[in-house]
Amino acid sequence: MKILLVDDEHELVSTLAERLSFRGIQADWAISGEEAMRLAEKNTYDVAVLDVKIPRIGGLELKRRLQSKLPVLKFIFMTGHGSEEDFRNCSAETADGCYLVKPVNIEDLIQKMNELVKVSEVSP
Amino acid sequence: MTVLKKIKPKFWDHVDAASGPFAYLFNFRRMWQLAVLLTVGVAVVPLVAMTAIDYQVTQKSIESEIALRISRLVSNTRRAVSFFLEERRLALDFIVRDNSFESLNDPERLQAILKNLQTSFGGFIDLGVIDTLGYQRNYAGPYRLEGVDYSEQAWYREVLERGVHISDVFPGFRQVPHLIIAVKHEVGGGSPFVLRATLDTERFNQLISHPEMAEGGDAFLINSEGKLQTPSLSHGKILDTSPLPVPSFSPNTELIETEDAQGQLNAVGYAYIEDSPFILMIVKNKKELLKPWYKTRLQLMGFLAASITIILVVILGVATYLVNKIYVADQKRLTTLHQVEYSNKMATIGRLAAGVAHEINNPLAVINEKAGLIKDILNMREESTKDEKLMNTINSVLSSVERCAKITRRLLSFMRNSGVTTERIHLGETIQEVLTFLSKEAEYRSFQISVHVDEDVPQITGDRGRLQEIFLNVINNSFAAMQDGGHLEVTAKRDKSDLVSVAVKDDGCGIPKADLERVFEPFFSTKTGKGGTGLGLSITSGLVQELGGEISVASEIGKGTIFTIVLPINNEKKGETVS
Repeated sequence: MKILLVDDEHELVSTLAERLSFRGIQADWAISGEEAMRLAEKNTYDVAVLDVKIPRIGGLELKRRLQSKLPVLKFIFMTGHGSEEDFRNCSAETADGCYLVKPVNIEDLIQKMNELVKVSEVSP
Repeated sequence: MTVLKKIKPKFWDHVDAASGPFAYLFNFRRMWQLAVLLTVGVAVVPLVAMTAIDYQVTQKSIESEIALRISRLVSNTRRAVSFFLEERRLALDFIVRDNSFESLNDPERLQAILKNLQTSFGGFIDLGVIDTLGYQRNYAGPYRLEGVDYSEQAWYREVLERGVHISDVFPGFRQVPHLIIAVKHEVGGGSPFVLRATLDTERFNQLISHPEMAEGGDAFLINSEGKLQTPSLSHGKILDTSPLPVPSFSPNTELIETEDAQGQLNAVGYAYIEDSPFILMIVKNKKELLKPWYKTRLQLMGFLAASITIILVVILGVATYLVNKIYVADQKRLTTLHQVEYSNKMATIGRLAAGVAHEINNPLAVINEKAGLIKDILNMREESTKDEKLMNTINSVLSSVERCAKITRRLLSFMRNSGVTTERIHLGETIQEVLTFLSKEAEYRSFQISVHVDEDVPQITGDRGRLQEIFLNVINNSFAAMQDGGHLEVTAKRDKSDLVSVAVKDDGCGIPKADLERVFEPFFSTKTGKGGTGLGLSITSGLVQELGGEISVASEIGKGTIFTIVLPINNEKKGETVS
């Protein structure tokens, strides 16, 4: 399973990627939308974990762009804000329960990613 | 007093609770007074003026009609009396022309003439023929009056001078009232003689006692000395002196007003009868004459009083109704204004809280990951795993992060409910949720809080955010009223089939009776100057109404207060009330 982490908080994504790698999950990270797009061009990923508020481009827009590049990619949104509007928009774009409010427990995150990947394997 | 209290409109004792843009727009009591005064003035003044004018016009016309009636009566009667006298004078005139002095001197002839006169005219008592020298030469009648000398008498000289004489009425020998008519005749160039006749006044009286006199009137003749010449109903017997003064001479019918001995006003019409000493007097009681006028006047006044009463009742009613409506509208306007202000405030606080939560959540996530990383690293190094102290420290950092996360999440979820959404709500959960926000304060001030929700309380349909605000406001209010260590009881139970009621009971300071009615009024606050905005309960009441429910309050000073919120289980009104 290969993961793409996007958040403008460098400390957060780098640490999270490191911790995931301890658990046998390969994770790349980016701190901007442009960087994420570049990574997506070079590699393929199973799941993308996006912050809702990414500077300039925004999490939802980034999701759409990534999706057009990698149609099978699954998404999990992670946010510190948690406004009603964000919740509704993101819920419409992703599978059930893929809207997580920071701080996120890493075990929960891994479980969610596993679920998403399993679902996609069962029904390709 | 209680009746007055009952009909007293709500706005009468209204006192503004706030000032500036939140004050009421009008002074309702003055508005009412002005409206009533103006409309009453505009309606009643012309009415009174018209009635007064009508009163005067009617009175004048009735008085002139009375005058006209009396003077017509006087003229008619005068004409009848003068005609009567004229007739008899002309009869005598005819006799002296038709008969020569010689034939008149014949007693038999004179007797025959008297008889004819008595038969045709009636009322003739005797006839006498008097020669130039004043001696009665011939006489026919019941008395022996031949040879009487009249030459020195005033009436005889008058006849010689003026050709005719009509005497005053006198009692005569048999105490029967009489009058004398005498005419002079000049025989072709020779000396004149006089024919004199005595008449009784029976026929005369009949002329005067006119049927129109019946209603409170009196008619009689007097002579120039004021002696009654005919009997009267209320002014004395014949030949008595009339109580009325002799009126001054006038050739026409005249009308005067006099006051009689009883102090009653009389209208007196009089006329001097030509060629006679008589003055015709017709007296009518003014009160009797004015009777129809009094009736009209009573009707007029009654109409005026009834109209004014109706006008007053209608104006008072309409003014009170309208001002009350304006009062209610103004009250609604203020309530809406306050709700808008409150929701703006809440929205601002919500945005602020969400922003803060966001700002805190991000570094919190970093801490979470960093601490997690340390823990991961520790887990990987076997010798360090035994370092219990380090492991515990990391775990306590992680659990503190978890605690912070819970707080920010709760804050976010609370503020998220700004839009109106309808969902199934479990009352007990909502109350507990609200209490968690206040748990720190409750702990700090050692309040004892008990929540009891009956088992049969169903889930209700409504807006969770609104319900949370309602409970938060009410419980906050109770907290403010309580001393440290106070007791708060929240009980929810089913009320009838389609209602649930939640009672929030505290043992705080209570609310004075005078304020009890006003606690739900916008901007009413007893905490003014102590940070109270007066928004809480009025907003709460508005929110409860939006949910289709009702809020009420009961309180006793020093004992505590109970707020009771009754909510419908299925709120179907929601769509209409939320605006």
